[in-house]
Amino acid sequence: MTSLAILVPIALTMGLCGLATFFWALRGGQFEDLDGAANRILIDDETDLTP
Amino acid sequence: MNAPALATALAREASEETVLIVPAMHCAGCMAKVEGGLLKVEGVSGARVNLSARTVRVSHERAVTIPELTAALETLGFASQPRLEETQAAPSAVKPLLAPLAVAGFASMNVMLMSVSIWSGAEGATRELFHWVSALIGVPAIAFAGRPFFASAWSALRKGRTNMDVPISIGIALATALSLYETAVGGRTAWFDGTLMLLLFLLAGRTLDAAMRDRARAGVEALLRQAASGAMVIAPSGKLDWVAARDLAPGMRMRVAAGERLAADGEIVAGETALDQSLLTGESAPVRAQVGAPIHAGTLNLDAPIDVRVTATGRDTSLAEIARLIEAAGQSRSAYVRIADRASRYYAPAVHTLALASFVGWMLAGAGFYQSIVIAIAVLIITCPCAIGLAVPVAQVVACGALMRKGIMVKDGSALERLASIDRALIDKTGSLTLGQPMPDAAALAALSPEQSEVALALASHSRHPLSHALSRALVQSGTRAAELDHASEAPGRGVQAQWCGRTVALRRPDVAGAVAVALDLDGEPVRLITFVDPLRPDAVQALAQLKAQGIDCSILSGDNAVAVAEVARQTGLTGQSSASPADKTDAVTRLQQAGHRVLMVGDGLNDGPALASADASIAPGTASDVGRQAADVVFLGESLTALPRAIDAARRTMRVVRQNFALAIGYNVLAVPLAILGYVTPLIAAVAMATSSILVIANSLRLVRAAR
Repeated sequence: MTSLAILVPIALTMGLCGLATFFWALRGGQFEDLDGAANRILIDDETDLTP
Repeated sequence: MNAPALATALAREASEETVLIVPAMHCAGCMAKVEGGLLKVEGVSGARVNLSARTVRVSHERAVTIPELTAALETLGFASQPRLEETQAAPSAVKPLLAPLAVAGFASMNVMLMSVSIWSGAEGATRELFHWVSALIGVPAIAFAGRPFFASAWSALRKGRTNMDVPISIGIALATALSLYETAVGGRTAWFDGTLMLLLFLLAGRTLDAAMRDRARAGVEALLRQAASGAMVIAPSGKLDWVAARDLAPGMRMRVAAGERLAADGEIVAGETALDQSLLTGESAPVRAQVGAPIHAGTLNLDAPIDVRVTATGRDTSLAEIARLIEAAGQSRSAYVRIADRASRYYAPAVHTLALASFVGWMLAGAGFYQSIVIAIAVLIITCPCAIGLAVPVAQVVACGALMRKGIMVKDGSALERLASIDRALIDKTGSLTLGQPMPDAAALAALSPEQSEVALALASHSRHPLSHALSRALVQSGTRAAELDHASEAPGRGVQAQWCGRTVALRRPDVAGAVAVALDLDGEPVRLITFVDPLRPDAVQALAQLKAQGIDCSILSGDNAVAVAEVARQTGLTGQSSASPADKTDAVTRLQQAGHRVLMVGDGLNDGPALASADASIAPGTASDVGRQAADVVFLGESLTALPRAIDAARRTMRVVRQNFALAIGYNVLAVPLAILGYVTPLIAAVAMATSSILVIANSLRLVRAAR
């Protein structure tokens, strides 16, 4: 039981962190242009192109 | 901070953002070129491409003007234009579904962890704790992630109708209530895991469906925005100004250069030219027009610059009249009921009756109220159309993706369903069966000597006339090199004249009227007439043969004159109707529909718009008019007409897979429902059955990846 009392909250917190990260990414516009994101890895030197 | 520094900081802050539409971007190379090219412009601080929407967002100082930005892109070979407020992309259908999908995914995974422990034998206090933790995660998650379904079910119920979301919502609500009760009394089974998994799968199906619509719409919108509509307007002071089509007003005088399309109806006040009205009437031969002639928006000016006094704009033009016809015609199509909705019409009442019957049956058999209601809810959960929710969208998304890779854009899933049922096709001539652009007759080109070809190319490259463009393109393709010319000059409406090796040479309007041709006049040699034809699309004959093999009868429905239609009919072996007005075309479609046919309309022009909208399904080439592309369900890029049989074949395959998916999903119910009615279904069985049937349906749909071969 004691192990559960620790592990269950840990599992839930980790899950919630993942969910929060997803929402952060969603709000930050990272899902706005999925085609572009897929292609951007092919651009050689992207640091020069973005401000 | 001292004052000058503050001022520069403010100046930097006072930057603007402009969104440019760049329809030609399609790969990483284009993105890098566009972003890099824009950043090189003085005063631009940032450029970010959105490839899905084919736009680039530029942050720049106020001093930088939009023409500077478009010019920078022009030098890189990308046509672009600023995005107008009114053409701003409609809100995405996917975005509101992403958050519920994520919550359902998170919650179902975590609850499943608890459930696995319970299934593997957690007892007593541990089980109770796990049930409570599941409830803590599950209830808020269900309330949040279920909202799209609850909202849709509620709006259907309020109108006295039922849809797929009604049984889903009732099942979810009842299962959650029962699970909460079980948790509170320390019972053996809770259904939080199954409920959340159901939500997850259903939301996944919805998201896919929305993603498909978003993507196709973005593609079509990028095409639509390509057409610059506006005109050079001559102010009373003589100054020339570019005015957008919506700002044109009657009485304005616009100058239309050769090769430009008219943005408004009007009357010629200066100049004489030939007009190409094929987009409006389907008539392929140019019409000569002089001062005083009325001229319609959408007409292409071929020969010489003309001045036109605007008589009607916007909703008063002949274009707007066609738009009204389209609107009226499109209403019949909106009555089409998608296959998923048709299925749920039978499915929802059946599910409810079954659950109610099990409840009544067990009550009559002497079971307690509690046991009966548990079994009834188990029946509801197990029959909840989990795989059925995925059956249609997954198959359609996969097929549309395959078609899109072949340059065929399907606007939505229902278009595929309608396309699959087609058994009759009406095809417009100009621009659909043919390329819609005059090309020099191959026989006339072959008759030229190499010398003559070289001179013709050199002369043609000095002219902006559409025929000269076509001629120089054809000559360059055949490997001709341009001769050296001196003193080349173009007289609008007459032709190009130059000196070549001391001889006067000219490319000019032929003396004989009627034919679409140019005359090549080399001093001292007989005049050569180069005639132009509007050739059939490559593979047109092959594509028509394939359509016939698919059991689809084709015929031509053209606004062009009988002679031109007869020529194409002879080449393709089709029958045809000529000189059809937009209303005639709609009538032809309606007549066939009343005779019991499912009609496909293929067309590109404004005059095809109403027929495209009233047919059961419609296809337009990417070169079509705005109206044609907007009215059509499917738009294909490229020249080949084999896109037609390919799209129909893919649509039919998709419907086959959709039916198989339904069979799989219903087959699972046939196995699981008796177990549920007898009371043997546990949450474990429900979870396994649900996941298995969903995976089967997805795997079956993935076979469509190569549907567009």
